[in-house]
Amino acid sequence: MSFDCSVAVIAGGLSFEREVSLRSGGRVADALKERGYRVGELDADDQLVEALRGGQFDVAFLALHGRFGEDGTVAAILELLGLPYTGSSFEASRLAFDKLAAKSVLRHAGLTVPPAIPLAEGALRELGVGVLLDQAMGELGLPLVVKPNRGGSALGIRLVERPEQLPAALMAAFGYDDMVLLEQRVSGTELALAVVDGLATLPAVEIRPKEGWYDFAARYTHGAAEFRAPAELDPVVTERCLDAAHAAHLALGCRDLSRVDAILDDDGVCHILEVNTGPGLTTTSLVPMAADAAGISFTDLAAHLTDRAVARRPR
Amino acid sequence: MRADDPFRDRYARGTRAMTASEIRALFAVASRPEVVSLAGGMPFTAALPFDVVGDVVDEVLAEEGPSALQYAGGQGDPRLREVLTELMRHEGIRGSGGDVVVTEGSQQALDLLARMFCDPGDVIVAEGPSYVGALSAFSQYQVEVCHVPLDDEGIDPDSLADTLTRLERDGRRVKFLYTVPNFHNPAGVTLAAGRRDRVVELARRHNVLILEDNPYGMLGFENDPPDALRARDPDNVVYLGTLSKVFCPGLRVGWALVPPALRERLVLVKEAADLCSSSFTQAVAYRWFAGYPWRETLKALRDVYRERRDAILDALAEDFPAGVTWTKPAGGFYVWARLPDQLDSRAMLAKAITARVAYVPGGAFYADGQGASCLRLSYCFPPPERIREGVRRLGGVVEEELDLLRALGGVPMADPEDDPGRPAGWGGVQ
Repeated sequence: MSFDCSVAVIAGGLSFEREVSLRSGGRVADALKERGYRVGELDADDQLVEALRGGQFDVAFLALHGRFGEDGTVAAILELLGLPYTGSSFEASRLAFDKLAAKSVLRHAGLTVPPAIPLAEGALRELGVGVLLDQAMGELGLPLVVKPNRGGSALGIRLVERPEQLPAALMAAFGYDDMVLLEQRVSGTELALAVVDGLATLPAVEIRPKEGWYDFAARYTHGAAEFRAPAELDPVVTERCLDAAHAAHLALGCRDLSRVDAILDDDGVCHILEVNTGPGLTTTSLVPMAADAAGISFTDLAAHLTDRAVARRPR
Repeated sequence: MRADDPFRDRYARGTRAMTASEIRALFAVASRPEVVSLAGGMPFTAALPFDVVGDVVDEVLAEEGPSALQYAGGQGDPRLREVLTELMRHEGIRGSGGDVVVTEGSQQALDLLARMFCDPGDVIVAEGPSYVGALSAFSQYQVEVCHVPLDDEGIDPDSLADTLTRLERDGRRVKFLYTVPNFHNPAGVTLAAGRRDRVVELARRHNVLILEDNPYGMLGFENDPPDALRARDPDNVVYLGTLSKVFCPGLRVGWALVPPALRERLVLVKEAADLCSSSFTQAVAYRWFAGYPWRETLKALRDVYRERRDAILDALAEDFPAGVTWTKPAGGFYVWARLPDQLDSRAMLAKAITARVAYVPGGAFYADGQGASCLRLSYCFPPPERIREGVRRLGGVVEEELDLLRALGGVPMADPEDDPGRPAGWGGVQ
């Protein structure tokens, strides 16, 4: 079906993950061209709607990360235009992108998520919540993780090991969202669990950061972390983690592709940190790594996702 | 096992510290047209008379095409080198074209000189803050940069004396003093005349070569800066010049005027790096400065930058909250601002870009984690009304950050990643 199909690969945008997204999009576009699709690369900017309205595209491949992309904004536009697209619907993307909302859904689905306390910038500035921060730290224990409620790629995420680090961590996180989470730090093995509908289960990827903390630099600098794909874990345990990831994908109503970030603790419990509906597709990204470990090339993966969207084309 | 990067174990030590950064990701958005960028130091090339530049290019091709498109000597076009010595005369320098080595911008000269002089573990003394591009060039050679604080009159000679004495006592090998004496990048300040002789004398006494980097010296808005360090001690100062700010950076023409004893070796290092600089752009540069009214263009550029400097200083006075201080540059491209200590300009950048304004966080201009509460604002590129708008947006962001800080009890910053120290000594005055 690929040869008469024209794909708009949408990447970039005004998100802070613009650069990463452009790398993902470029790689997807190359792969699809190689497979014989006609491909147009579009930036998610004020020209986007005009470019999509022209009728020259049959389907859109979303290679967006972060706000105005992974949060469902562009999916909603595509719904309005009646253009099928890869990945999750507007509703599911929006839900998954909101870490607090997603946590509730996952917890109700019987999955384990680290406890977290939300903190709104307005509540700090206008309601004097600052006096309760010690109590919050007491409840969650240290170390804890401070992260923007919405956002990805570890931007604005800080590890707080001592109480005096909390204010700086909060200010850094508020740079990315006016709602911030104080989340209990679960220690254990960091896992990236790819869920791709319509493909055999992909192996879990184990992340071993060299500096002890998988921050932005470690994510995007070659060699700053070591990866094991498949993860070097007891197969029964790995299986349980992959099942949990699949359950999370379904619970949030995700479609086609998700990357579930999780931590496997020493008791064998899989804690779901977040579900990414627009996971990175760069050369250092985890989903392509998992596919590769399963013998699925990047080109096959990109074509598979595109074809799923094509199948949703109104007839 | 699968290691993600197959070359991971093979990189040279000097490049291992080069990592992806959060700041870089933010700047990918900062280059969008919606954002007022007070970040980059891009000269305003749109002010150049392009028809005249076109004439020069035509003339080069018509009159010397074959040689202009050929390899040439590594030291650079002799005609250009003579013209450059004329330019340096404005700063009291009596140099010979024979001691000039043409480089790809002065950035290449920084690289070549560090390569020529520095072994891992050597020390380079520099102002604090210092030009970020120089810090990058030096870091490849695994040197330690030791900062000496600046104030409104440039590098502080007493601190410089203490630093050089301490390093000597500790048995460290100081390879040079790197300084930007005029309209400093990023601080905007100029080394006072009275301090210049002292700096030259200290360097000589401690047997330390001076690297005098002077990209902005001809961009004084009120007066020309005092005579160059090179004019005061030709045998112990390497002077770096560039046409990037007085003409345009796209030609990539810079130069080093070296003490005669260094010339031959620098030419060899240059030839080993890239054989020679572009013959074509050197010919264009030569003709521009030899036969065209370059002074008029320079004056036009200076007027553009002066107007923008006025715009940013007015806007800062109007829109920045109390507790923030900044320098008042008399030339060049930059204002250096200092926020209250507890604010972290790097953490604030995401919020600023969301508010559609960008700057460079101060930490970039230190090799040792200082500068967390500072930021560099460039006024060279956006037109005055955009500058005012950018400063207004940024002032709002700073206000918000101060509010948030108060709500958090004004607790001093403790960045879990960097834990930056407090810069010693220097507080820019308002």
